[in-house]
Amino acid sequence: MEEETHTDAKIRAENGTGSSPRGPGCSLRHFACEQNLLSRPDGSASFLQGDTSVLAGVYGPAEVKVSKEIFNKATLEVILRPKIGLPGVAEKSRERLIRNTCEAVVLGTLHPRTSITVVLQVVSDAGSLLACCLNAACMALVDAGVPMRALFCGVACALDSDGTLVLDPTSKQEKEARAVLTFALDSVERKLLMSSTKGLYSDTELQQCLAAAQAASQHVFRFYRESLQRRYSKS
Amino acid sequence: MAAGFKTVEPLEYYRRFLKENCRPDGRELGEFRTTTVNIGSISTADGSALVKLGNTTVICGVKAEFAAPSTDAPDKGYVVPNVDLPPLCSSRFRSGPPGEEAQVASQFIADVIENSQIIQKEDLCISPGKLVWVLYCDLICLDYDGNILDACTFALLAALKNVQLPEVTINEETALAEVNLKKKSYLNIRTHPVATSFAVFDDTLLIVDPTGEEEHLATGTLTIVMDEEGKLCCLHKPGMFPPLQS
Repeated sequence: MEEETHTDAKIRAENGTGSSPRGPGCSLRHFACEQNLLSRPDGSASFLQGDTSVLAGVYGPAEVKVSKEIFNKATLEVILRPKIGLPGVAEKSRERLIRNTCEAVVLGTLHPRTSITVVLQVVSDAGSLLACCLNAACMALVDAGVPMRALFCGVACALDSDGTLVLDPTSKQEKEARAVLTFALDSVERKLLMSSTKGLYSDTELQQCLAAAQAASQHVFRFYRESLQRRYSKS
Repeated sequence: MAAGFKTVEPLEYYRRFLKENCRPDGRELGEFRTTTVNIGSISTADGSALVKLGNTTVICGVKAEFAAPSTDAPDKGYVVPNVDLPPLCSSRFRSGPPGEEAQVASQFIADVIENSQIIQKEDLCISPGKLVWVLYCDLICLDYDGNILDACTFALLAALKNVQLPEVTINEETALAEVNLKKKSYLNIRTHPVATSFAVFDDTLLIVDPTGEEEHLATGTLTIVMDEEGKLCCLHKPGMFPPLQS
């Protein structure tokens, strides 16, 4: 059963403090999410952010190798496949980031000695790739019915040379930016679950980016809720 | 008696210390372990450094070689870091291809080099479009007792400061490179990034420079890399683990 949800999520999130020399509005790109599109995995989702698209599949809770089993909780594994070429060290690093974010929210203790595998395939990369991967992983985990204590979302922001903040940057904006920061936030208290940054920035800029990301995450979570409501109301 | 309690309930044992604002090895929550640096110990490498943070020992060796630059950056050299966590340093690592921890650490060091602009890659250019230096930085952990990222960053910085590159001229007639080993110069290190790792306990307490056991018991870790001007080069927060009880 395929449910396609296109919710136009073009939002203007104002950065409140009038003293900073930032632009007046920050907007996220158009979102789209499709769930249950693959037949083999227990859960799957495809998440689109502008032109960036990631396909995620979740298998689990399933059988685990004895060498990898943990006696009191589920073993979480994340596999990230780039669009071209073989996975390298950068993919391993991203897999670790996504895996730790998922481990913080998934209730692994309900399924001890099992494995939950999240497989992510990059379909197209037009900026904010890690954030899109996080969103796709979350939607796929929900589709698979894996018990979680909260949902999580990924938000990326770029800082250019004069300090202007741009949320959900395109690949052109990322290249020209002085720093690109990606955050994973949880849905209950907007707590910071994971952060990965590139480039040089000051700590006040970090606080401002984090605040902007937390404001933007509200819209992402609202999009999750609407897309899930639309999916389950028809059945 | 205390050893038995430590084996059965390691987290509770640790919490007793944290309540008194100290740690089992006697340090304060914000105190680093004794740090020792030994520079230039490997004579066969162009630059080397050995760093000890308490028991954690990392050695960095830098070798410089020639390479042809890529066509989209003809005046930029390369800095290639590689972190190796051999079975020697800890029982959790097996021999074979690099595990996840080693790959994540290598990527982290590559990010620090890239973000902090520790070396201007244009300084490594000998002849634009034809010949550049490539610095292979090999970091090997000899003893793993937590806080590997801080030790690696420190060892890398110390080794790069120790690197001496010979003068190279391109002979006009033969188009071959002539290396003058008698005339060596140090690299131009532009910034000095310093990494600080924290372990988060019970979502409230932050302790600095965690040992191997503390990293294992913590709910999460956080590494911040700053340069001298106070700018952040890297904020590496690879997620929080849920508390052991729930």
